[in-house]
Amino acid sequence: MITDAPRIVTRHLGTPDSHTMGSYLAAGGYTALRKALAMPPAQVAAEVDKASLLGRGGAGFPAGRKWSMLARDPVRYLVINGDESEPATFKDHLLVYGDPHQVIEGTVIAAYAIQATQAFIFLRGEFALGLERLQQALNDAYRHGAVGRDIFGSGFSIDVVVHPGAGAYICGEETALLESLEGKRGFPRIKPPYFPAAIGLYGKPTIVNNVETVSNLPWIVENGGDAFSALGEGSSTGTRLFALSGHVRRPGNYELEMAKTTFRDLIYAPVLGGGIRAGHTIKAFIPGGVSAPWFGPDQLDMPLSQDEVGKAGSMLGSGSVVVFDDGDCVVRAAWRITRFFARESCGQCTPCREGSGWLEKIMRRIEEGAGREEDLDLLMDVCDNIAPGVSWPPQQTTICVLGPSIPSSIAAAIRMFRDEMLLHIKEGACPYD
Amino acid sequence: MGHLSPEVLADARRLVDLYPEPRSALIPICHLAQGQDGWLRPEAIAEIAEIVGVSPAEVLGTASFYDMLRTEETGRYLVSVCTNVACMLQGAYELLDHAEQRLGVKAGGTTEDGMFTLEDAECLAGCDDAPCVQVNHRYVGHLDADGFDALVDDLRLGRRDDEIPRHGVLVRVRRETGLTVSADEVSAERARQREADEAVARQAETGAAGAAKGAGA
Ligand SMILES: Cc1cc2nc3c(=O)[nH]c(=O)nc-3n(C[C@H](O)[C@H](O)[C@H](O)COP(=O)(O)O)c2cc1C
Ligand code: SF4
Ligand code: FES
Repeated sequence: MITDAPRIVTRHLGTPDSHTMGSYLAAGGYTALRKALAMPPAQVAAEVDKASLLGRGGAGFPAGRKWSMLARDPVRYLVINGDESEPATFKDHLLVYGDPHQVIEGTVIAAYAIQATQAFIFLRGEFALGLERLQQALNDAYRHGAVGRDIFGSGFSIDVVVHPGAGAYICGEETALLESLEGKRGFPRIKPPYFPAAIGLYGKPTIVNNVETVSNLPWIVENGGDAFSALGEGSSTGTRLFALSGHVRRPGNYELEMAKTTFRDLIYAPVLGGGIRAGHTIKAFIPGGVSAPWFGPDQLDMPLSQDEVGKAGSMLGSGSVVVFDDGDCVVRAAWRITRFFARESCGQCTPCREGSGWLEKIMRRIEEGAGREEDLDLLMDVCDNIAPGVSWPPQQTTICVLGPSIPSSIAAAIRMFRDEMLLHIKEGACPYD
Repeated sequence: MGHLSPEVLADARRLVDLYPEPRSALIPICHLAQGQDGWLRPEAIAEIAEIVGVSPAEVLGTASFYDMLRTEETGRYLVSVCTNVACMLQGAYELLDHAEQRLGVKAGGTTEDGMFTLEDAECLAGCDDAPCVQVNHRYVGHLDADGFDALVDDLRLGRRDDEIPRHGVLVRVRRETGLTVSADEVSAERARQREADEAVARQAETGAAGAAKGAGA
């Protein structure tokens, strides 16, 4: 079902100049910030807590709860995660290119609520035009008095810095991001003790929030946390961006009320995905980014709900859905995803570094028709060495969860498409070539 | 010294001032240097090291971790063809094959005239426009083989220079001002806010205690 829930993060999009200050102010931009600054910081945080806004970066942790865990220290930082590199995820891209002022307004609201001393927006380096637009928006916001000293005469001051990344998927992981922001290689830190809310940027308490997460804040401040949590169901409140790609007629970003719409609606509704290629059927789909275990056609009627998808053994993750139809080779897809992880492993942990390379090689030889039947057991054995039990959520033997995410697509391919894997081996070639 | 132009050097020093610690400016300054040279020349690395106060080996060691920071000579246009899963489904490998033939280099290579470096890229977050291609990290939209050829011709003739500037992602828009509030000012402000919050909390507590007493009496 497609509900008549309001559009929240995409409400200003659609005009060609939606990224400019003029357009943002005409749509009532920065009034939420004025309202927030007239409230005590704790009350702003309380509204966000009431909204039960789940983080939109992938882990889905409630933003209000995260804020309340911030250690007390006179110096504390806010870092906005705009690294967006999970394959098939392209929603923060939309928000930064289309509505950079909303990102900035959300950032300043968050900074006020947690009483941060400085804020950084870490934006993926490959977003060259996005960096320009965000920096231009920030320049305009300073001039407008919405960032910097004594914002709108409230007595609250904060500096915001736009920081460009430089091409490394792992820097989306929050502790790797902080290392990168300190000018180092993006090596994830060991947790504990390096939970950012306790020991973050330069060793100081730090909140890391995703771009989409903070883009919700202006609306929440304007309309109240209860109005937000009235949307959706269970712990999945509000609306959320779903990035749909693969073999659908209308790939794109769709903002939908959480838990009300199903994967089938998303993929088939004429105003959303518009269905798949004529004469084909759906073979499988990825429900939440390439780290997530795959679903089959029998799970199409599942609602887009964090709880439901979690209970079914996968995750809504970064909100990106990839559709495979019966003309697509899933072995090739699983190989390509594995190749991504092998390229992007930071190399600190042996299971991840070595395992990803081995899995990629074995998957490649199966896809190319040079595999052996024992390879399926070998794949599962390597997966088991990376994430013991190959269950979901995975067991972690590594510093970060990139490693334990590697088996997801391979285990799915073997579990759901064993025959197809074997066909590659028996025929000595990819049946789809 | 003296490799980075005075303008780049001034921008680099402004970047350093944005962060609590100079080393945080390392990667942004690398982007500036690439804007000047197209890649990270050893002379630039030495100068960046001096600006942020680390050794050249540390700059190189950091830079070599990142795909966008180029430690080898790179073409005037870096053409990145995404082949990750969503683009693969829409023919990205076929497009990459075509690009290799058209440019006469394998992915990872640079044409002899130094115009193009071709790259087999990971997801560029443009999957709704698959197969997704960037040139110097600017999206050029969904391309088929003909579209790719037209793009190459346009680039050679300089027809897209406005839209696709040289390397470095900080070349066109810069921060207009430095930071506007000093760390000391911010701390003083935060301390005042904390006192105000605590006063409110104390008041609420004594108020509640008073009310409880009142109810008990
Ligand atoms: C390998 C890896 C990559 C990640 N990439 C991103 C990313 O690109 N963007 C993002 O916001 N979060 C990413 N995350 C999640 C962050 O670590 C963190 O949970 C998130 O930024 C917190 O923001 P949120 O609470 O608002 O979701 C990634 C995590 C892992 C393990
Ligand atoms: S799990 Fe992989 S990416 Fe994560 S820290 Fe270990 S080696 Fe690096
Ligand atoms: S998979 Fe190619 S841009 Fe995302």
